[in-house]
Amino acid sequence: MHFGPHLLLAALEGLVTSAVLALMALGLSLVFGVMRVVNVAHGEFFMLGAVLAWAISTAISGHPALGFLAALVLAPLIVGAVALFAERLVLRRLNYNPEATIVATIGMLYIIQQLALTFYGPEARPVEPPFSYRILLPWFGYSGYKLSVIAASALLLAATWFVLTRTKIGLIMRATQYDSETAQAFGIPVDRVYAGVFALGAMLAAVAAVLIVPISQAHYLMGQDPLLLSFIVVIIGGLGSLRGTLVAAVLIGLSDGIISVFFSPTLAKIIATLLVAMVLVFRPQGLFGTASR
Amino acid sequence: MKDASPAKPYALHLGVIALLFALSFVLPDYHHGLLARIMVLAVFAMGYNMLFGYVGLLSLGHAMFFSAGLYGAGLAVIHLGWSVPAAFAAGILCGAALSLVIGVLALRTSGVAFMIVTMMFAQVFYLVILYFASWTGGDQGMVVPQPARVLGFGATSLDLTNPTVRYMSALALFSTVLLVTLAVVRSRYGRVLVAIRENEERTKMLGYDTFSNKLAAVVISGTICAASGAAYALLFGYVGSSFASVQYSILPLLWVLLGGAATTLGPMIGTLFMYYIVDITSGYTSAYLLIVGIALILLVLFFPKGILGTIRQRWLGWLP
Repeated sequence: MHFGPHLLLAALEGLVTSAVLALMALGLSLVFGVMRVVNVAHGEFFMLGAVLAWAISTAISGHPALGFLAALVLAPLIVGAVALFAERLVLRRLNYNPEATIVATIGMLYIIQQLALTFYGPEARPVEPPFSYRILLPWFGYSGYKLSVIAASALLLAATWFVLTRTKIGLIMRATQYDSETAQAFGIPVDRVYAGVFALGAMLAAVAAVLIVPISQAHYLMGQDPLLLSFIVVIIGGLGSLRGTLVAAVLIGLSDGIISVFFSPTLAKIIATLLVAMVLVFRPQGLFGTASR
Repeated sequence: MKDASPAKPYALHLGVIALLFALSFVLPDYHHGLLARIMVLAVFAMGYNMLFGYVGLLSLGHAMFFSAGLYGAGLAVIHLGWSVPAAFAAGILCGAALSLVIGVLALRTSGVAFMIVTMMFAQVFYLVILYFASWTGGDQGMVVPQPARVLGFGATSLDLTNPTVRYMSALALFSTVLLVTLAVVRSRYGRVLVAIRENEERTKMLGYDTFSNKLAAVVISGTICAASGAAYALLFGYVGSSFASVQYSILPLLWVLLGGAATTLGPMIGTLFMYYIVDITSGYTSAYLLIVGIALILLVLFFPKGILGTIRQRWLGWLP
């Protein structure tokens, strides 16, 4: 293959990564923005979504699309319920203290990971894609499913953006993010907003996982790399900034796809992580964010 | 800190050291070996406590300091054929240099950003170890050969693979670090660190240079952790990348939280408890990460002060 088509392939792969990453990072960013909680267990909610997608789609016989659609609806709901439970049981009792919640979510990470290993096992298992149409480009055939992942992610991101900026729920969430005490004084049930946001964040990660699982398989350690990447996205985009998160997700996804096609993936990770650490050291508000209050 | 008499705390610490010394002669083989390992890892926890307990800086990347010592010593022995003392010194120097660089960079941030930055630097360190697999052995790790682990003094020589020598070396390192931390914590400098933890702005206003005080604390902490890593490589003969993974940054946090942050003996007690809990339960289940996770959540929910912290608050106010 010549350089041009090769680059196109790498860019397409990168866009698929970006699509999933944007959803996941948006969840992380919402939770941090509204609640000031760094959710280290976010990657495990992602993994849980993928594992549940496998369980649901194998339980339902018939056309693969049927099982996949059921997983797309049910898996995020179950993960959201788990997150809600964890929030009520642990995070609320810690009064959302930033440092204590990090330690607690590390605990959740270990618990979820170990439970997945015990009940799901160490194998990587595939989920059949809902359709297997290949789009034929002049140079190579490309999976139609991968393109539909990009479309689905764009749709979901647009929906989230609409909810956040154009509806009352979004207004309440933004008010809580801006100043939770004043919001409380105006009768906003801040406590319930927090619970809802935490569940929503986890659900976004789970949706991302269900979308990606027909491409990469479900595995109990699959949450680690996406967690680091979404941290990177959220930091570069500026913590709590929706537009920044989106731009950074496309940037990181594309460069990750392209760099790991042409160079060693470990080297790509080293450079990316180091760059982000430096961004955080020298420009803590992110490349696109405004200075925090 | 009204009780300024140094007698009680020093007597307690010397008593603990004497107890550990005596235990060497009565413990059965299995627990003897386990306790030697626990003492070395407790040094790691004490180094972590120096920063987390006394300065209040929560790092999620201390595995890099431990493994800087581990690889500094291990690689010097394996590739350069250095003697044990030289390799040990090399490990410590690597840790000190690394912690100085990381400290200068990471201390520009605070709070949550500090945690994430330290975690990312540690991740870079871990990936670098994997990347240079031809030197470091990658995720397989390397074994430090037995002949290289002999300490020679002229005609006599000490074989670090001998259980008694290993135990006593671990105890010597543990005692040194324990007494050093006790001295640091009780010194003027230690009080400044606590002042920074309690109210950094006010400490700054009183005329202290908080940045350089914090930087010194990062270097002391990183150096102690590196000493623990170097000792681990030389005493137990294994150098592996798993010691640089995120999990080994979380474990000292867990040990310190369990034993009691900002107590000198807490790290040892936390390490001892956690090691034995995992050791005993691993007889019934392989799900030890589950226990670590539950322990973290329970601790942070119900015992944020840890074992010794609670004892100090309730009964023994003089505990350092």
